[in-house]
Amino acid sequence: MAEAISDNAKWDAEASRARTRHLLSRVIIYGLLLVFAAIYLLPLAVVVMNSFRSLPEIAEHGLIAFPRSFEFDAWSDAWNSFCLNGACEGMKRNFFNSLWMTIPATIISTMLGAINGYVLSKWRFRGSEVLFTCMLLGVFMPGQVALMPWATILGAAGLSNSTAGLVLVHVIQGISFTTLFCRNYFVAIPDDLIKAARIDGAGFWRIFWKIILPLSPPILIVTVIWQFTGIWNEFLFGVVFTSGREQPITAALFALAGNQTNVREYDVMSAGVLIAALPPLLIYFFGGKYFVRGLTAGAIK
Amino acid sequence: MATLTIRDVRKSFGATEVLKGIDLEAEDGEFIALVGPSGCGKSTLLAMIAGLETVTSGEIHIGGRMVNSVAPKDRDIAMVFQSYALYPTMTVRENITFGMESRGVPKPEQDAAVERVAAFLQIEPLLKRKPGQLSGGQRQRVAMGRALVRDPSLFLFDEPLSNLDAKLRVDMRTEIKKMHHQVCKTTIYVTHDQVEAMTLASRIAVMHKGEVQQFDQPKNVYARPANLFVAGFMGSPSMNFISADVVAAPDGRSAIRFPMGEGADAVLALHGDYAGLKPGGKVVFGVRPEHIFRDDPDLSARKPGIATLDAPVEVVEPTGAETIAILRFGAQEIVGRFDPDTAPGMGETVTLGIDMAHACLFDPTTERLI
Repeated sequence: MAEAISDNAKWDAEASRARTRHLLSRVIIYGLLLVFAAIYLLPLAVVVMNSFRSLPEIAEHGLIAFPRSFEFDAWSDAWNSFCLNGACEGMKRNFFNSLWMTIPATIISTMLGAINGYVLSKWRFRGSEVLFTCMLLGVFMPGQVALMPWATILGAAGLSNSTAGLVLVHVIQGISFTTLFCRNYFVAIPDDLIKAARIDGAGFWRIFWKIILPLSPPILIVTVIWQFTGIWNEFLFGVVFTSGREQPITAALFALAGNQTNVREYDVMSAGVLIAALPPLLIYFFGGKYFVRGLTAGAIK
Repeated sequence: MATLTIRDVRKSFGATEVLKGIDLEAEDGEFIALVGPSGCGKSTLLAMIAGLETVTSGEIHIGGRMVNSVAPKDRDIAMVFQSYALYPTMTVRENITFGMESRGVPKPEQDAAVERVAAFLQIEPLLKRKPGQLSGGQRQRVAMGRALVRDPSLFLFDEPLSNLDAKLRVDMRTEIKKMHHQVCKTTIYVTHDQVEAMTLASRIAVMHKGEVQQFDQPKNVYARPANLFVAGFMGSPSMNFISADVVAAPDGRSAIRFPMGEGADAVLALHGDYAGLKPGGKVVFGVRPEHIFRDDPDLSARKPGIATLDAPVEVVEPTGAETIAILRFGAQEIVGRFDPDTAPGMGETVTLGIDMAHACLFDPTTERLI
């Protein structure tokens, strides 16, 4: 009996030691995570704060400091009236350039990718695997390689220095990725469904609309997020193929940062950076959970 | 009226010939089972009948019309798949009406057809559900409903019961038989399960290595298998095969002789017309487990052609309805099927009666039935 009690006491002591150890390890882990999260978020915090500070204040207290003033002037400047490339109408026009470039390019490249993926997975033909491999090469091809050919094509098509030209470039450049995504997703859809639908009298397009697309939201969301952020953030084609008022926002941002004529307007730059970053952030914010789900989605049962 | 005629149909994938000249025909309303081990080409043949695979050479006729280059939807067929192939995003009702919608059948007609089929298969309560919310047996019913609603001239089944558990499989087998009895449509049924083939079919085509080994009524396929493959494939436990010499029995009839171990031979007189057999020849003697039983003088007196021999019992496996015993015939293990009440015990040596009227003899070189 006495032995049992002392045994219990021993176990209790062990248990409480284990609990202390567990608690300590948690504190260390979460402490470290907090530190790294802070390091990661600090640049964003600095930019956000600077966008609301006044320029004299930034000049006086330095770039990294807590705000002593709070104003929206920098935001309205960046949006409406800041002088870029000789015109003083802010980044508004470039923002909408980007929007009118990104939305059609995303939709068209996603639809083409879905149709390509459908054909390459469910209507295979002689050489379809070879074709798919060739399309995959596009995934690994750096954009710079295509600069010269694109300049020639856009010039010949009369699409130089236009948003339509950039839409064309991004649709074609994006097809490799969208096809890869959709094809790999569609491969997991059982072929028996297609056979059953063919016996049921459905043709190529009816099967696509009624059977394949209703099963596809996860992969379509992934593709749309991928294409939207990729095209929105793309800089090289924008800066090479357009100029001035026709530039997308990424190119305008570069012009803003490189504006050497007067003092560096850190407040306006900060606001401009945030304006440019907002749409992809929103897209990811609303679609992010589908993004992860879609990428990890396996076979359809 | 829908007959199916298949003439010298061949199929090659590259250099591999999967089907090597298939000839089959189904009368109107007949239930044909295509049975064989996996890889024998039976599913490929069904896909070709459906129009889902191209025909390399030969002809397929449905209802007298050559359909080699007719699209699946224009062949007037319906198919039930092993995986059910229900459209996952549609409700049961939409699954059933999808084909009619594709063909532009008016809505009231669609509704009437759905009512009829749902009542027939007792799936009315499921019509609003998605396939993911159904059990295996319910999915199977819906898949059959989708085929039935078409009212096709030819039904195709591709191993429809393989994904069900054992009990449900037996139930659904009965359902399919009932359904066929009621609608009386020509049906081609692919299965690797010889019991399904035996129970359902009016005629069975046993396939192996891309060829039809035998095409006949179930009882003939079972009782008079055309060759060693068919004999071994149909029936469970499968037929026993013993290599034997042909000898002349004392009464002048032909007999077979095979070693029973320890230098002893068994000589069994043949029953039936084996005029072609010459003493000194070799045969493979095939006998089904149920034709080996404990010898009984009454039975021997009533039934002609019963031969007797003694053999030791090695293992006894009671299954309830019957008892399977493994018997030692020299170097070979022979399976016998016994009534549980008269089954021998392990280690016992039992006097067996062998029903020679049901024995099959095969040529050891051609493997064909003699």
